[in-house]
Amino acid sequence: MIPAAFEYVAPRSVAEAVALLRQHSYDAKVIAGGQSLIPMMRFRMAQPRVLVDIGRIPGLDYLREEDGFLRIGALVRHATMEHSPLIQERYPLLAATARVVADPLVRNLGTVAGSLVHADPAGDWAAALMAARAQVVAAGPDGERVIGIDDFLVDTFTTALEPDELVVEVRVPIPGPRTGGDYQKIERKVGDFATAAVAVQVTLDEAGRCQQAGIGLCAVGPITLRATAAEEALVGQPLDEATIRKAAALAAEAAQPTSDLRGSAEYKRDMVRVLTLRALRNAAA
Amino acid sequence: MGHRIAVTINGQRYEAEVEPRLLLVHFIREVAGLTGTHIGCDTTSCGACTVILNGKPIKSCTMFAVQADGCEIRTVEGLAQNGELHPIQKAFWECHGLQCGYCTPGMLMAGVALLERNPNPTEEEVRRAISGNLCRCTGYQNIVKSILRAAEMMREGAGVASGSPVGSGSPAQ
Ligand SMILES: Cc1cc2nc3c(=O)[nH]c(=O)nc-3n(C[C@H](O)[C@H](O)[C@H](O)COP(=O)(O)OP(=O)(O)OC[C@H]3O[C@@H](n4cnc5c(N)ncnc54)[C@H](O)[C@@H]3O)c2cc1C
Ligand code: FES
Ligand code: FES
Repeated sequence: MIPAAFEYVAPRSVAEAVALLRQHSYDAKVIAGGQSLIPMMRFRMAQPRVLVDIGRIPGLDYLREEDGFLRIGALVRHATMEHSPLIQERYPLLAATARVVADPLVRNLGTVAGSLVHADPAGDWAAALMAARAQVVAAGPDGERVIGIDDFLVDTFTTALEPDELVVEVRVPIPGPRTGGDYQKIERKVGDFATAAVAVQVTLDEAGRCQQAGIGLCAVGPITLRATAAEEALVGQPLDEATIRKAAALAAEAAQPTSDLRGSAEYKRDMVRVLTLRALRNAAA
Repeated sequence: MGHRIAVTINGQRYEAEVEPRLLLVHFIREVAGLTGTHIGCDTTSCGACTVILNGKPIKSCTMFAVQADGCEIRTVEGLAQNGELHPIQKAFWECHGLQCGYCTPGMLMAGVALLERNPNPTEEEVRRAISGNLCRCTGYQNIVKSILRAAEMMREGAGVASGSPVGSGSPAQ
């Protein structure tokens, strides 16, 4: 299917992009990797009048640690995360996520930031970045602001971003020593969106007790969910089997799944329990 | 409103005025006239349209031609050189890596992109690399065999080339 006609602009700087968004407001849409937006335009679920292609803005594809954060520029692709030695060595949760987002062809174009802005409750990055307590840096007419991921994700396909704002960076606090993480996803076939998925990141203290815990749930609610009670059940405890089982049961309670072609609500809720168990065991190992 | 773009496909430059909504796959097939790249779905699901863009395999049905302005693209037509099939094409032939052939151009491009990045992939790596490409006929077994065979042929080929002394005056075989 062919998308509706639109006007195409390719700004060369963030300032120029923001000016264009300001000028066209709700008539404009940003395109990054295009791997969610183009399918939506082909179905005519999205019909932007103006497409602002940020793909030609130089300097937005950085991926580095700086000032206490892993900084992911807006044009970092899923595949860049997947193949980065830095991510493979130091960010087990993000590495595990990058391997299962869509398929390798989509991963070569789709971006981490675009995935967050798309705010699909079945988006893998949102759950992983929630567990990692990420922040989103948005650039607008009045400069930049930093938004915590829980505030950024507002509702299904809805974020806290204003129409004249652009995400320029996603940042993840550099985890302390003794941090483990994992992403567990059930999909019908390779490359599919999750039936259910769970992201986990835990940091232990020197005595082996859990200091910090993050658990994000994917595809089991109207939006990405944080399993707060499960996180709280972990903090201060050693990650033994009893604690892990308790947290997994609490994570399943936090899920708000609905029945659809991918499975019944009951099945998905129980899978949240199973996936949380597996992810916590791997993260603690 | 038309946009003037220039794209290099298989080493040849194509310039045209295009509507922004023209998908890259339609540019390749209808403007450049290279119909080896197929279209198998409307939903970015099948990978029949796979081409190599600036070194990476992508779905050309999910990019606008305007986004590819200035890019280097390789399609199945660029694989054979001087009338000789590319090793991956020979391997698909030899190992029966195709039946109807609809998915084949995409499989070949995903396969070539893998082998250029990783000349000695494991079976698992081959399976992962083509996991965005669907085949309705073969059950994939022979496609995987073909890509592994191509890897062997390309390594042997590279071994011969790098092993032969440069400027020795020996006649080319
Ligand atoms: C076949 C297929 C399978 C997929 N499977 C999965 C999967 O399993 N898991 C998963 O998580 N995703 C999956 N996806 C989606 C994919 O990950 C997309 O790449 C991602 O959701 C969007 O990123 P993008 O860069 O392609 O964004 P685009 O499609 O370019 O944009 C998406 C939205 O974000 C906005 N946007 C993008 N970047 C910015 C920015 N910097 N600032 C402001 N707004 C911005 C756009 O305006 C648009 O509304 C799949 C996609 C396909 C086609
Ligand atoms: S034609 Fe099916 S993915 Fe492009
Ligand atoms: S050979 Fe027929 S679709 Fe693959």
